[in-house]
Amino acid sequence: MSLSGRDLTIGYSDRVVGRSLDVALEQGEVLALLGPNGGGKTTLLKTLLGILSPQAGEVAIGGRSLASISIRERARLIAYVPQVHNPTFAFTVESVVLMGRTAHGNLFSRPSAHDRTVAARTLEQFGIAHLASRPYTMISGGERQLVLLARALAQEPQFVVLDEPTASLDFGNQGKVMREIRALAKAGHGVLFTTHDPNHALRAADRAYLLRAGERVAEGAVGSVLTREQLEELYRAPVEKLTDSASGHAAFLPG
Amino acid sequence: MTRPFLPGLGVALGVLVLGLIVAFTVGRYPVTLAELVDVIWSRATGGQPTAPAAVENVVLLVRGPRVVAAVLVGAALAVAGTAFQGLFRNPLVSPDILGASSGAALGAVLGIFFSLGVVGIEGLAFLGGLVAVAAVYVIGSFLQSRDPILVLVLTGVVIGALLGAGVGLVKYLADPYNQLPAMTFWLLGSLAAITVADLLPLLGPVALGTAVLLALRWRINVMSLPDDEARALGLATGPLRIAIVAAATLVTSASVATSGIIGWVGLVVPHLARALVGPDFPKLIPTAALLGGGYLLFIDTIARTAAPVEIPLGILTAVIGTPFFIWLLAGMQKNWS
Repeated sequence: MSLSGRDLTIGYSDRVVGRSLDVALEQGEVLALLGPNGGGKTTLLKTLLGILSPQAGEVAIGGRSLASISIRERARLIAYVPQVHNPTFAFTVESVVLMGRTAHGNLFSRPSAHDRTVAARTLEQFGIAHLASRPYTMISGGERQLVLLARALAQEPQFVVLDEPTASLDFGNQGKVMREIRALAKAGHGVLFTTHDPNHALRAADRAYLLRAGERVAEGAVGSVLTREQLEELYRAPVEKLTDSASGHAAFLPG
Repeated sequence: MTRPFLPGLGVALGVLVLGLIVAFTVGRYPVTLAELVDVIWSRATGGQPTAPAAVENVVLLVRGPRVVAAVLVGAALAVAGTAFQGLFRNPLVSPDILGASSGAALGAVLGIFFSLGVVGIEGLAFLGGLVAVAAVYVIGSFLQSRDPILVLVLTGVVIGALLGAGVGLVKYLADPYNQLPAMTFWLLGSLAAITVADLLPLLGPVALGTAVLLALRWRINVMSLPDDEARALGLATGPLRIAIVAAATLVTSASVATSGIIGWVGLVVPHLARALVGPDFPKLIPTAALLGGGYLLFIDTIARTAAPVEIPLGILTAVIGTPFFIWLLAGMQKNWS
């Protein structure tokens, strides 16, 4: 199954953000979306999720048009991990993860025993089962990101779409989230994430999609797309490349 | 530190039962607890009460309707406030945020202005609340925005101000000796004039709206997330928002039409309930209903017994609500950044 956008014009009612965008994501692979602020990353992401309708072109999942799929069925195919935010109410971690089961029940249903089992299993999977009864407002940013990941997996989706999953995390938690992203792909999910750090794309993604001012600058395997020249063109800023002589791994520094 | 549900619900139930006992026994004609139990027991079993007929009259005809109305109105306002706080993702929202009270106020003063009688006044107040919220909703939906919730609230504020001007105009034109005092009294809120006949028009809408909100309680949890997130979780937020607003408005308009404007209950009680059982709406809604009923019962008992004349309910709830609100704002800097 693949999630794809063909010849997309994306944007809001009052303005077009990007045109003629083609993007495809297969199950089992990780695609990183990079580009400067205001370049259309979040808009493209929301269009692929079905939160925004494309102004032209079509988003399809498994050969079916996303527009023809009900919002409930969509949530069982694609899960969204938003940026970590401060919630209004102090729901427990378990309640937050149970919300991931919304699409598996009807409008009036309460979480079933099976729903609770799935929620407990995903909490276990991310090593945060001990947080289950803690208020979501009283845990750290890194823990919240893991809770949101657990909630996404509780949807039992085929695809997981993450908006800047490493943005507000400390160094150690950034690494943890990237490892979890790899694990999701290994378990057969198609994963799409946006990031401001090309090193995170190098680390966690198979392919990279570079977006600037609503246009695709480049797309391909991270090794071939994420070069110093390409990044300098993408961000219009000088970039330095470092290579570790022992492992051969590369990393980029801005400026 | 999750808060256990049943003990919290028990506390709320305890407040309600205590409120019932106090409301029935305290007053210008004191009734003892034994007499109260006797009257209710004999009514329930169809026997003959041993208490004097005057006691039976006080319990069943004088205090009975007023007590029932206080419980229903308090519960209704608390449930509506709880639902709106979730829907608008803001713990400082009250049930009249979308103009239900201002619409009801305009309906009521118009009813008084045209001397329509009690049924006409209450009917117009009820309709006024519904029409005002419907207007806010329709106008808010026409204004395209990426933040539909914010637009809805701002539209509510604007329409509320316009309706307030309408109320002012009607009061200005009203007969200052008969109509104006009636309007002022109505706008301050009171349960003094409640009769048995008022209870059914109140019970119907309150029961219907509360039943809808209770049925949707698990989904209201998800509705308290940002709109994008709720939709990505598989919830058609648009139709569900209409259902929740309609149910909460039905409940609020019926209450306001019966009791006049009683502020603060729908704001304060959800917080007390949240302190008891936490923010989970399936637990919060029944707790808020019990607590709201008990709360307004205590307030109403104070209103009719504390002074030689009745104190308007709206004044009492404000006197208690304001310091509470300030305390809430102080705590908010810590908890809801």
